[in-house]
Amino acid sequence: MNAVAGGTPLDLHAVEPGFSDPPLASQAVFRAVLNAFTRPGQIQRVPSDAQHPSGAAPAAAALLLALLDPDCTLWLAPRLAHGSAADWLRFHTGCRIVSELREAQFLWSDADQMPPLEQLPAGSEFEPETAATCVIQVHALEDTAGWRLHGPGIEQTQPLTVRGLGEAFLTQWRANHAAFPRGIDLLLCAGERVAGLARTTSIEG
Amino acid sequence: MSDTSSISAARDPHVNFAYLDERTKRMIRRTLLKAVCIPGHQVPFGSREMPLPYGWGTGGIQVTAAILGPTDTLKVIDQGSDDTVNAVNIRRFFQRTAGVAVTTDTTAADIIQTRHRIPETPLREGQILVYQVPAPEPLQRLEPRRSETRTLHGLAEYGLMHVKLYEDIARYGHIATTYDYPVLVNERYVMSPSPIPKFDNPKMHRSRALQLFGAGREKRIYAVPPYTAVTSLAFDDHPFSIQRWASACALCGAADSFLDEWVTDDRGTRMFVCSDSHYCATRQARATAPEPSHGSK
Repeated sequence: MNAVAGGTPLDLHAVEPGFSDPPLASQAVFRAVLNAFTRPGQIQRVPSDAQHPSGAAPAAAALLLALLDPDCTLWLAPRLAHGSAADWLRFHTGCRIVSELREAQFLWSDADQMPPLEQLPAGSEFEPETAATCVIQVHALEDTAGWRLHGPGIEQTQPLTVRGLGEAFLTQWRANHAAFPRGIDLLLCAGERVAGLARTTSIEG
Repeated sequence: MSDTSSISAARDPHVNFAYLDERTKRMIRRTLLKAVCIPGHQVPFGSREMPLPYGWGTGGIQVTAAILGPTDTLKVIDQGSDDTVNAVNIRRFFQRTAGVAVTTDTTAADIIQTRHRIPETPLREGQILVYQVPAPEPLQRLEPRRSETRTLHGLAEYGLMHVKLYEDIARYGHIATTYDYPVLVNERYVMSPSPIPKFDNPKMHRSRALQLFGAGREKRIYAVPPYTAVTSLAFDDHPFSIQRWASACALCGAADSFLDEWVTDDRGTRMFVCSDSHYCATRQARATAPEPSHGSK
């Protein structure tokens, strides 16, 4: 069904299955992601019965499986690119894997291999919607203590604790937030949990 | 009119869930995510042909089809009413293609698709309000070229809009726009609230519900997340104000709702009634119900 865009042939026996009922599963996963960006910092559970590839957080794998198709470009951090995740997504979604950051609509990375935010395509003042969506796998997410988030979608303040992001992240995020309407939107994933950081979200560390 | 007819109809097995094909839904979903992240900014999308003409809510239907799940309860209103042709047909469309439960009760609905009104009952967290939008570009009447309006939005250059409102004041003594009254979202983008009466504009400000806007013919989607500042444009010496009526609703007595004028005969007799049919019906039912403290009959 889905043409494989890359050069290397896939070993189909090694590709883990995707959703058992793609229309309904994609809808449920999408709503979790929509909630994540609608209420930044509030943790959502991503329901999925897909068998995620090794090295993938279930939430990250499921949301990319639900959102990507041949119209999309995806950049993978080295560890994921060399594992079975790339084949799994290429097979199930037909997305194009790119090696240049500036060509990526979606990025998928572990927190320790995350490229600096300023190197990612942030859209233009006139077409800010062309900015990338970045899916980052972190060690843990808790919506208590830690950062205090403000902005659209948050009534007063939303607490969020993220384990695994580097020291430089907050400085990068401040610059990203200040560039509005340009800017990267982030989905932080740990296990089956996801929290969104829209470019409108400001973080007090 | 049944109040909470949460009937789950059988889904038509010959069409995909919620009518649209999966690739179209994914495209609309990706568009929606960017729209939520850039409140008030119009994001272009590949609007599809729908089994009804432009102007009948094709944008709203596509947005609803992309977000709707089997466990959602759907409410559809047209000018505040659950019972008009457009509302009844869109509700039936999703009963048939998605098998979802439908309701007329504003508080029981997870998704409310609306044409030109915001319900009187305050919305809650977790609800999604989907607007049908005929003309998404607030600057279109002032600058018809899309390439130009895109630049104006990019530079947040909204002087034209203020000149238009000022010309109203110069000509009529007040701002004469009464519906589709332009708003500033999150202190950045000027946005069309769709042709809702300006009476409803204050309900958009820091709303608890997510608001999604779909324009099918113009191929644009935009959004306002919950708790986002939405201010109606105005001047310090000509502040924004909403419509007021001299009378209350003739059916339920509400003095706080948006009223429609009904001509009741050919001698010019008229009455004012709530435009929000569920709000009016609920108030009438409450007024005729026996007081619980007096026991039951």
